[in-house]
Amino acid sequence: MTTGRPLIQAQGLVKRFGDFTAVDGIDVEVRAGEAFGFLGPNGAGKSSTMRMIGCTSPPSGGELRILGMDPVRDGPAIRARLGVCPQLDNLDPELTVRENLTTYARYFGIPRRVARARATELLDFVQLGDRADSKVEPLSGGMKRRLTIARALVNEPDIVLLDEPTTGLDPQARHLVWERLFRLKQQGVTLVLTTHYMDEAEQLCDRLVVMDGGRIVAEGSPRALIERHATREVVELRFAAESQEAFAGKLDALGERVEVLPDRILVYVPDGDAAVAEVAALGLHPANVLVRRGSLEDVFLHLTGRTLVD
Amino acid sequence: MTAQLTRDRRPLPRVPALRVLEYHLVGYRRTWRAGAFSSFLLPTLTVLGFGLGVGSYIDQGVGGVSYLEWIVGGLLASTALQVAIAESTWPVFGNLQWQKIYFGQRSSPLRVGDILAGHLAFVLFRVLTSVIAFLLVTGVLGALRSPWAVLTVPVAALLALAVAAPTFAYAASVDSDSWLAMLFRFAVIPMTLFAGVFFPVESLPLALRWLAYATPLWHAVDLCRAAVLGVAPYWSVAGHLAYLAVWAAGGWLLARRVLARRLVV
Ligand SMILES: Nc1ncnc2c1ncn2[C@@H]1O[C@H](COP(=O)(O)OP(=O)(O)OP(=O)(O)O)[C@@H](O)[C@H]1O
Ligand SMILES: [Mg+2]
Repeated sequence: MTTGRPLIQAQGLVKRFGDFTAVDGIDVEVRAGEAFGFLGPNGAGKSSTMRMIGCTSPPSGGELRILGMDPVRDGPAIRARLGVCPQLDNLDPELTVRENLTTYARYFGIPRRVARARATELLDFVQLGDRADSKVEPLSGGMKRRLTIARALVNEPDIVLLDEPTTGLDPQARHLVWERLFRLKQQGVTLVLTTHYMDEAEQLCDRLVVMDGGRIVAEGSPRALIERHATREVVELRFAAESQEAFAGKLDALGERVEVLPDRILVYVPDGDAAVAEVAALGLHPANVLVRRGSLEDVFLHLTGRTLVD
Repeated sequence: MTAQLTRDRRPLPRVPALRVLEYHLVGYRRTWRAGAFSSFLLPTLTVLGFGLGVGSYIDQGVGGVSYLEWIVGGLLASTALQVAIAESTWPVFGNLQWQKIYFGQRSSPLRVGDILAGHLAFVLFRVLTSVIAFLLVTGVLGALRSPWAVLTVPVAALLALAVAAPTFAYAASVDSDSWLAMLFRFAVIPMTLFAGVFFPVESLPLALRWLAYATPLWHAVDLCRAAVLGVAPYWSVAGHLAYLAVWAAGGWLLARRVLARRLVV
């Protein structure tokens, strides 16, 4: 999938707010047809980066080219070919679901008739067809989110920017969105998304970067990142005592690495069951034991020192 | 979709601001009935209240015409002012701070100037329809002395821009909507009371009189009154129009700057 031409190229990209640096010199290249993810804890600079790519926030430094154009000089021409789903919905609550799409389509020079047809099609796509003529105000948070995603597709964009597209959705709606995004990807649409859900990143992204403090701390495919920064299996141990810390020292020799969280200890090992046997042999009796595969969650924890609580 | 990737340009709307106007009109379609009713009610009550009520106490009229005929031009201008300011205070603040509509528009090909122009075009639409309704009602009730009264329409349009543009800048720059209420208390109400709508500015003490001359409203009042009565205005027509145009142009530049500061972060 990484054979397409580069649609987004950033070199040493910087965003400053006053003397605070939110994005601190990142290099990113996204190719046509790819699904590219930005991961990182709160405040990492994901949204700031997305806004620069969306040509609504001028870079404070570095090089940025989108679709071969300069975002400052060619903003309108670039935005004509982007679809943007911002972190916070900015729908018009007074208009109907359909009107939100048709009025937005008109900003792109789309004829009225086409706008209406596309609205109908997109509302079916995000399963809001039966709410087309109701106002936006009383919709649930998840429905509004899906409408915002539909709005981002109204101009048949080449690149769709999705800032936390599924935050606040129930599991069923999230799976629906994943399935739809996957379909878009199959149609050749380039996806750029941020997320706090590692399963989302693993499912959707061909490549991703982990950001922390405005910098990129790791880059690669989900599989490569897991291989590089986590082990094949992870043993999660929960001890009944208030502090897990006391047990950590005894586990050090067990695996490649031990991570102590407030409520549990993670031991990174090639073979989980063998490690569990060793724990028992050490005379330790955790209240709870779980063996699982290494995941992006572990990569994230290792690289940022933080778990993924929103 | 990935066939022609870079440097391919899509046709954009020729006048993007019209697409923004269209959006505002779609929203207005839901609420216009209440608005339209008051646009007819206000001039009717005006004619009844001032013509038959207050007017009957002012036997000699003003400068040789009845009080109703004298006041109707000023009230028309003040109606234009009220509508223009109402449509560029809370709606602007809400689109920026509450629903964040302008941020959504900004993610499309629209530029900051298009978003501003589209909103002001809608303000203009609201002012013009209100003023035309006002003229119809007062005309039917016989309160307009001269056919020149139709010239109040372009004057009201210019007044609308002269006040809506700087008000837009103000509403876009404040961080709390209580500042909007202050605008009404300390600018709109005093202006309405002292800028020659209800009594001639000449009856004010000299210092206050100059304050009244400084308001955009007085210039529109003088023009509208002259048109309705079919007489020459107190000041030169060109002077009035130029003064209002300066407010509109200055307000436009200021509003565009403030909106860009808000939207381009
Ligand atoms: N307009 C702004 N003015 C000042 N500081 C800002 C502005 N926007 C973002 N920041 C700061 O920049 C940093 C990065 O913010 P950003 O929104 O890009 O983070 P994020 O990775 O999207 O976080 P989250 O996961 O919480 O959405 C934060 O410290 C934030 O406070
Ligand atoms: Mg964010």
